[in-house]
Amino acid sequence: MRVVSKCIILHYMKRELELYIHIPFCARKCGYCDFLSAPAEKSVQAAYVQRLCREIEEASGLAQVYEVSTVFFGGGTPSLLDAGHIRRIMGTIKDYYPVRADAEITLEANPGTIDQEKLEIWREARINRLSMGLQSADNRELKLLGRIHTWEEFLDNYRLARAAGFRNINVDLMSALPGQTCGGWKDTLLKVVDLGPEHVSAYSLIVEEGTPFYVRYGEHPELLPTEEEDRQMYEDTRAILGRYGYERYEISNYARPGYACRHNLGYWNRTEYKGFGLGAASLLGNVRTTNQSDLNKYLDGQYEGSREELSEQAVREEYFFLGLRKMEGVDPGPYRGYYEKLLEKLTRQGLIVERNGRICLTDRGIDVSNYVLAQFLDD
Amino acid sequence: MATIDQSKIRNFCIVAHIDHGKSTLADRIIEKTGLLTSREMQSQVLDNMDLERERGITIKAQTVRTIYKAKDGEEYIFNLIDTPGHVDFNYEVSRSLAACDGAILVVDAAQGIEAQTLANVYLALDHDLDVMPVINKIDLPSADPDRVIEEIEDVIGIEAHDAPRISAKTGENVDEVLEQIITKIPAPTGDPEAPLQALIFDSVYDSYKGVIIFCRIKEGTVRKGTPIRMMATGADAEVVEVGYFGAGQFIPCEELSAGMVGYITGSIKNVKDTRVGDTVTDRSNPCAEPLPGYKKVQSMVYCGLYPADGAKYPDLRDALEKLQLNDAALQFEPETSIALGFGFRCGFLGLLHLEIVQERLEREYNLDLVTTAPGVIYRVYKTNGDMIELTNPSNLPDPSEIDYMEEPVVSAEIMVTTEFIGSIMELCQERRGVYLGMEYIEETRALLKYELPLNEIIYDFFDALKSRSRGYASFDYEFKGYVQSNLVKLDILINKEEVDALSFIVHGDSAYDRGRKMCEKLKDEIPRHLFEIPIQAAVGGKIIARETVKAMRKDVLAKCYGGDITRKRKLLEKQKEGKKRMRQIGNVEIPQKAFMSVLKLDNK
Repeated sequence: MRVVSKCIILHYMKRELELYIHIPFCARKCGYCDFLSAPAEKSVQAAYVQRLCREIEEASGLAQVYEVSTVFFGGGTPSLLDAGHIRRIMGTIKDYYPVRADAEITLEANPGTIDQEKLEIWREARINRLSMGLQSADNRELKLLGRIHTWEEFLDNYRLARAAGFRNINVDLMSALPGQTCGGWKDTLLKVVDLGPEHVSAYSLIVEEGTPFYVRYGEHPELLPTEEEDRQMYEDTRAILGRYGYERYEISNYARPGYACRHNLGYWNRTEYKGFGLGAASLLGNVRTTNQSDLNKYLDGQYEGSREELSEQAVREEYFFLGLRKMEGVDPGPYRGYYEKLLEKLTRQGLIVERNGRICLTDRGIDVSNYVLAQFLDD
Repeated sequence: MATIDQSKIRNFCIVAHIDHGKSTLADRIIEKTGLLTSREMQSQVLDNMDLERERGITIKAQTVRTIYKAKDGEEYIFNLIDTPGHVDFNYEVSRSLAACDGAILVVDAAQGIEAQTLANVYLALDHDLDVMPVINKIDLPSADPDRVIEEIEDVIGIEAHDAPRISAKTGENVDEVLEQIITKIPAPTGDPEAPLQALIFDSVYDSYKGVIIFCRIKEGTVRKGTPIRMMATGADAEVVEVGYFGAGQFIPCEELSAGMVGYITGSIKNVKDTRVGDTVTDRSNPCAEPLPGYKKVQSMVYCGLYPADGAKYPDLRDALEKLQLNDAALQFEPETSIALGFGFRCGFLGLLHLEIVQERLEREYNLDLVTTAPGVIYRVYKTNGDMIELTNPSNLPDPSEIDYMEEPVVSAEIMVTTEFIGSIMELCQERRGVYLGMEYIEETRALLKYELPLNEIIYDFFDALKSRSRGYASFDYEFKGYVQSNLVKLDILINKEEVDALSFIVHGDSAYDRGRKMCEKLKDEIPRHLFEIPIQAAVGGKIIARETVKAMRKDVLAKCYGGDITRKRKLLEKQKEGKKRMRQIGNVEIPQKAFMSVLKLDNK
């Protein structure tokens, strides 16, 4: 009798797990992009999906302990895949894992790769959130970034998605682009809020090493907006989005009430997640793993890349440098004593503030978040 | 062991302007005399420090003995003493030459005579060496051996018409060099029975054998058990082992007698006891006089060396002590800087020597260093009649106590093609040079003579010379003496705090210009902080220049994708690591390389 009740408890106490599905394909590599992604033949895509489903299946032991609260198809451009592939991947997930009824299931969909038929199949596959990579409402900027679409094509795709019944849409934007002015950025923001998406991600361009942009701008920062303009853009973002009812809940993410991205919040909250696909990262218990990033090896079934068991120190550090990205901040809880001096110093510098027992970044702290977060790493 | 016939020994060195092919010819000689097969040869055997090979320069004198079977059927012993090629090591060169009986002069068949060619030849002639010219690089398309031979005869005044025309690179005509060594370089002289008189031309420290003395036996014989004395330092030892130099190894032998080149060990603990140029004699039967020419090596350039991580101070001290075992010219004493903490004020022969020591400390001893701006030794005459030799600008007395100051000057010879004479003269004038004269070597080339303050040439003079002559000018200098000069101390204030490690001495007329450039440079070097940072230059408390590092406005991380937290952590760690390579001065973090900014003021 006791044993049985324990089983029941286990069943009802299943731990929350987020799934990340990496689709490393895109129509064309953008000039600023340093993610693991490249154009590929249809046959490679099919082989990849085949292998991906095998990987999902083989890890289904996890289903004993976990149930899925969110799924996120990221890339690359997952919307580039034949919709049938997405249906098959979702099918595999549902076959092997318990998926909560209210699960948030996001698919990254880039303008220019979306059509009526795909949208319908995605809906059938239980995708309930689209993340659309717009980046800019200015066609000249889109061209400069190497995007395959125009603003008009985005508009068309966005309306199609709404018509197909998607009630939760994120629009990705990028500020501090070469040649961009504060006026141009405001224009982009206003055009987007006018459409009323539930969620907006607004990052500023980071010129990453190893990208064509690095070659172009790495040595020529004068071609990019100045730090002052960049910051002005950040301030405008918050002001404009705030005016239209979007609340900043993370350094670069804004949402209407109730529409914060649960999947991404999971990363900052250190919720456990399992990543499937090329180069995908996972956190299970206190172990972080990253999959193989060599496509051919992955296709051969060698999924495993690196594995790191987090020390107590690493967990403590992560707790802060991830948690502080959320505007609601973190509860310093058991670590308050450990970081006492640092918290005092950062408070004195006006970079953090304590609200309702939680430590949060101030506006100034958000501007220089990199500096603040790095302080929480031990020497 | 059979006694070696003096007439079958040849002791010689190779002198050349940098890049004329000295080390390559040395390699060929070693290869051709069969010491090593070409397969065993690592390129440039004699430059055995990594650093030497990388930079293509010889830092320490190297010696090798090979056996050559000549066309006359006899076997000859060749002792090849490779000398350092840089002006910083002039004294070592001079002592190495004193250990030889002749010198091979290598001249590039395309470039002809250069400033160091002349300097080295004169040095060799000063030591009464027979100089045997060799024309190298005849395989170059631009080679013009006839012109170069004529130049050698005209300018240096030595016979050159039968000089071997070779390519050390391809090995062409190197045999001719070997034959001429026998006919043109004299055999050594000296009486094996006379009291011992041996010249130290180098020494290295070996952790098993102690100091290994490299010497040339001028008179007498030394063998195991000989009680020896270093005549200048007065250090005594018993000889444990004598021997000669194989390729990269020491080969023990019975005895070394007059005319021979080899090594001596004797459980000597300190390389300071065995100074280059000193004479080794037999305590029980001493020679009457030491060999001439010994002098104590004097450092010309000083700078502060500090461990980037203060806790590494003892490691730095150990490393310096170990380096000094092999480098008697390196001097150091502890000092303290308000900005940098505990460190050492170190003396070097020149800037190249400084760079070499710095690189060796970083590579061989894995130390992260902060180096302050190098300076020369100034003489400060105080109103009370005292004179102090100033090696650290921070120690400059209050201006009210200073009567006047003197700075070291050098006499410099610059060889340049006539089209660049104007721009080189302009450069020398900018560097406060005093024109001494000019000689035409040939129609299109001239030798410019200037007196220049040492502190104007230690930084970047050579680079400026090269850039203003499109690489064609060559340069040599020697220390001349001290002259009175209008000198001031330029102080740098960062966030209103004076940073002692950034102070330097500068001529009064260039203080404003240097101060301004220094502020500009530091503005670029110091990263933005959370607050605004003024950078000021001051002379005697008066601010003469100012720049501002604006407050940091933004510092955010890129998008975190698919939960790749490991990568995010790495970025943060990199940022944190970057901070570690900074020096905290007041509230300001200054990157270590900023302390060398003064060196780069003219590189626009």
